[in-house]
Amino acid sequence: MNFTDLLLMRQELLLVLLTVLVVIIDLSVEDKRKDLVIGFTLVLFTIITLVGFIPLREGSLFGGMYNSTTLLVNMKNILNIALLIVLLQSVKWMRNEVNRNKTSEYFILLFSTLIGMDFMISSGDFLMFYIGLELATIPATALAAFDKSRNTSAEAGIKFIFSSALSSGILLLGLSIIYGTTGSIYFNGVVSALSSNSLQLLGFIFFLTGMGFKISLVPFHFWTADVYEGSPVNITAYLSVVSKGAAVFVLTILLYKVFSNFKDTWETLLYILSIATMTIANLFAIRQNNLKRFMAFSSIAQAGFILLGIMGADKAGMTAVVYFMLIYVFTNLAAFGVISNIAHETGNETISSYNGLYRTNPLLSLTMMLALFSLAGIPPVAGFFGKFFLFTAAASKGYYVLVLIAVLNATISLYYYLRVIKAMFIDRNEVPVPYFRSDIITRISLIFCVLGVFFTGFFGFIYEYIFQLSMNL
Amino acid sequence: MSILICFILIPVLTIIAILFTKDGRSARVVAASGMFVQLIMSVVLLCMYYAQRHAGNNSEMLFLSDHSWFPSLNIRFTMGVDGIAVSMIMLTSTVVFAGIFASWELEDLTREFFISLITLATGVFGFFISLDLFTMFLFYELAVIPMYLLIGIWGSGPKEYSAMKLTLMLMGGSALLLVGLLGVYFNSTLENGQHTFNLLQISQLQLPIEVQRYFFPFTFVGFGVLGALFPLHTWSPDGHASAPTAVSMLHAGVLMKLGGYGCFRVAMYLMPAAANEMAWIFIILTTVSVVYGAFGAIWQKDLKYINAYSSVSHCGLVIFALLMMNRTSMNGAIIQMISHGLMTALFFALIGMIYGRTHTRMINEMGGLMKIIPFLSVAYVIAGLASLGLPGLSGFVAEMTVFTGAFQHPDTFHRIATIIVTTSIVVTAVYILRVVGMMLLGPLKNEHYEHLKDARWYEKLSAGTLLVAIAGIGIAPLWLSNLITGSLGPYVSKLANTITGLTF
Repeated sequence: MNFTDLLLMRQELLLVLLTVLVVIIDLSVEDKRKDLVIGFTLVLFTIITLVGFIPLREGSLFGGMYNSTTLLVNMKNILNIALLIVLLQSVKWMRNEVNRNKTSEYFILLFSTLIGMDFMISSGDFLMFYIGLELATIPATALAAFDKSRNTSAEAGIKFIFSSALSSGILLLGLSIIYGTTGSIYFNGVVSALSSNSLQLLGFIFFLTGMGFKISLVPFHFWTADVYEGSPVNITAYLSVVSKGAAVFVLTILLYKVFSNFKDTWETLLYILSIATMTIANLFAIRQNNLKRFMAFSSIAQAGFILLGIMGADKAGMTAVVYFMLIYVFTNLAAFGVISNIAHETGNETISSYNGLYRTNPLLSLTMMLALFSLAGIPPVAGFFGKFFLFTAAASKGYYVLVLIAVLNATISLYYYLRVIKAMFIDRNEVPVPYFRSDIITRISLIFCVLGVFFTGFFGFIYEYIFQLSMNL
Repeated sequence: MSILICFILIPVLTIIAILFTKDGRSARVVAASGMFVQLIMSVVLLCMYYAQRHAGNNSEMLFLSDHSWFPSLNIRFTMGVDGIAVSMIMLTSTVVFAGIFASWELEDLTREFFISLITLATGVFGFFISLDLFTMFLFYELAVIPMYLLIGIWGSGPKEYSAMKLTLMLMGGSALLLVGLLGVYFNSTLENGQHTFNLLQISQLQLPIEVQRYFFPFTFVGFGVLGALFPLHTWSPDGHASAPTAVSMLHAGVLMKLGGYGCFRVAMYLMPAAANEMAWIFIILTTVSVVYGAFGAIWQKDLKYINAYSSVSHCGLVIFALLMMNRTSMNGAIIQMISHGLMTALFFALIGMIYGRTHTRMINEMGGLMKIIPFLSVAYVIAGLASLGLPGLSGFVAEMTVFTGAFQHPDTFHRIATIIVTTSIVVTAVYILRVVGMMLLGPLKNEHYEHLKDARWYEKLSAGTLLVAIAGIGIAPLWLSNLITGSLGPYVSKLANTITGLTF
């Protein structure tokens, strides 16, 4: 191994560097000029995001502990893009008087979780995977409690860390059983040693349970709504897109690469989990009035749809999942961008406070409408294509009944997405949200999301590119 | 790039142009000119189509163009039209054009209204020119979703309830449809091992009968929901009654035809054997639909509800005729689609105009309008006469062809169904004449109505366009009939190949 091999880890290394730089800069500027930290970090992080797109050779490091392929690099790119949008959307919030002193903490925590996720995605053995997972989770709980003066935020942090610890424990138990029965923690070693041994199967089920917590599948979803509601809006956006995205990627990779011998088992399990997840989350989402809770259940339901793609169990399935996550990043962040913008401006977070929003803030309403249509899978926006390919992946394996249930669930989900659209466009309000001009950075982030929502679907070459990458999974 | 792409580009460009308008007045002018260009284009398309056919081009679809979209899944954007599609495009552009003028006076959020309306139209045009199941499905959903906003924002009465019911029922239908389409896709494998969404390619492959049995019901019912197939028609009366005028026109006139057209072009064309096996179930359902719709209309007092139930009845007749599966009845089904599209659009336009004057849609509150607003009243009578099938108007041609075709079946089941369906003509006459008698004739019931003004220029233009088309089909039906029959060949021969023992 020589120095150039380390370039395989460029995204992680740059992020570590950036994290250290943020600390140094934060120490070296005076309190009055803390805004500099924000600008500086944004610029550097944008550069890192762009660097990720430079093509580089594939390879593995540390005796197979760390793998890098173009597909994995692009998964990290998707996460980078998502985090960049989240950062842009939280600038306004960071500039608040309350948060000025903790700007650098915010960045450091966010970047730490991202580093964890990157390592988790690239992991070649269960040790690296587990370290990455913990690194991604523990700072995230601190982020959930970021508004420490607010009770709900502190509560969210506590709930999050307890449920994370529990799920990590279960997952670790599963991993240790697998290690005990196969004698290896390396993925390559585990694959060949896995048989239909019932102890191994138990270990696998513990593993899946742990991951179910992270992706918030029903019945492991109970923490989600409270944590999403209590956290600051931008953190909710981050949890629902980046954390979930990383967990989905890792789950897909591990199921395909490591647990391919248990395919029959996990297909049955995912079948049940996805039906439960979609249906129950949809039923709960119908009754929500708080937008953050609403988006929490919506994102649980979306996770149910993603499972359909995973069940495609070949390159088409992988492609559908990655492609859907890319679209989901733009879509969900467009919705959260509007929600956070309005929340920061007026403090309103309920659906009923959006009544008559179109008459006062037409552009925000239109953005929200596009995002919701995309979440519901309505053409011509990208969500339609994303869902369509997930369904196609499941149908290619003959799961027509599951597809039918999923599409019917998509119809139910349309009902509650339309409720928000109804509030904005149809309902009248005595005191609607007053007109306000969004600041330039928020606007840039929203325009970016809207472009993504509009065009990722139409551009078939994006799907084809991911498909090419998934070939040599 | 064929001429067909214009039918998507023009609406899209119109929408973009509307975005740049300053106020509602200029928005409606832009919308009207865009849709006028579209109407011209569809006439041009018709002429080009005739020219090609006269030049001896006998291929099934003309103006084919094929673009790769998602190569790894073999999803392509394939366009092409035959005579049936051309006639549906003509219908759509006529109704949209008339619809723009029928909503000339709309005040509230005018730009948004026209954008949504033209988005809907884009979906419909796109659906009719597509030959690829994926793009068809995409355009189908694109046509459905603007309905929610159109009814919810600009509608009347229990508009939120109706809009939600309509959207969810139609989306539920499209859920079934999606399963059906995916089933067809994964069971049609080309020689190179790829699956295909292309209609023409799938029709070349014979889908195994088991596959057809599974997926025909999904596809047929999926489209059938939009075609108001009993008992999944309940969105239709509420939706139509709450929708603003132009939307009722477009929805009953064109969007419901997507259902019939899809049943015909996708479900029955690709899966004829299953269609033949299961036809009896759907024949019973459509028979109920036709008779129930007609009787339902008798009981209504609200003009829009009367027309909505009448639409259920007439659209039921379309699917009924398709299921009779012979050349004459299928021809009749297509003519009925076009005839009903024009007629019901005219009805809804006139109802909107009358409502704009009298501020009521209850027939028992009106009376003697013939003397005060003669143009609207006469137009209403003509539409009514077309609806009950008076010779010389389009309705007669359509129903005559349907019943002749249906009666060609020698067996008792088909005969009885046909006879039951034929009785709806009488019932139709009852409710049409009842409305005409109560609303237009007799003494004036309300003295406030004495000062009502007759149609303005844009209302005359809107109604006139549709009247000309209705009378045109009635007087010279062979033009339309030839256009359709010429394109029915592949369908009929495919049915004949699959099903033995049927006479064509």
